[in-house]
Amino acid sequence: MIEILTGIAAGIIGGMGIGGGTILIPALVFFLRVTQQIAQSINLISFIPAASLAVYVHNKNGNIEKNILIPLIISGVIGAIVGSMAAVKLDPSVLKKIFSGFLFIMGIYEIFSKKAAKRP
Amino acid sequence: MKPQNKISLWIIGFLAGIFNGLCGSGGGTILVPSLVFLTNVIDHHAHATAIAVILPLTIISSLIYAKSGIININITIKVTIGTIIGAYIGSKMLNKLPINILRKLFGIFMIIAAIRMVI
Repeated sequence: MIEILTGIAAGIIGGMGIGGGTILIPALVFFLRVTQQIAQSINLISFIPAASLAVYVHNKNGNIEKNILIPLIISGVIGAIVGSMAAVKLDPSVLKKIFSGFLFIMGIYEIFSKKAAKRP
Repeated sequence: MKPQNKISLWIIGFLAGIFNGLCGSGGGTILVPSLVFLTNVIDHHAHATAIAVILPLTIISSLIYAKSGIININITIKVTIGTIIGAYIGSKMLNKLPINILRKLFGIFMIIAAIRMVI
């Protein structure tokens, strides 16, 4: 039950466009006591079903800018492979420090960001 | 679009991929403001395009994590059910709450969580 409640709380915040999925990871580490890597794995996989539906709907409504999609996806996939290979090999305590730095910057960004826009 | 912005697109895609894979999140947070800044696409389209980019990256990252045994199917299913319900509630509350205040509040919360994680 604690898993579903943690998901709901993080989903509400993410659904309001705050912090993307980033907020779920520390919540999982603190409340469910999972490792940094597992928390990140959960966040990645849990994004897929809703995002698939969102892409389907956005595509039908013509909201996706196809001309910039290809360079972003090709370079992004290369980055994703490099980043993920590093994440699975790193010591959990090192990865936790890297993630904390990232979370810190995201926190600063949220404080100074003015728009109430929805972000994935 | 200027040629240097086209090159920037490749760099931003790469960075979004790296962070999304390494930190398991945040690709969209890099992509959306970058797209708004670099291209002349409207905000709404920048968000939609960012999700269309992040989705394949997330699938690839998930596969690499899973292949290394970094996966907990039981917790993942329960959390996913929660986040889908939560995201629906959150999107309905979007126009009813002072989001800019909440944004700052959660920004502070994220900074505290970040510090708490390293000490």
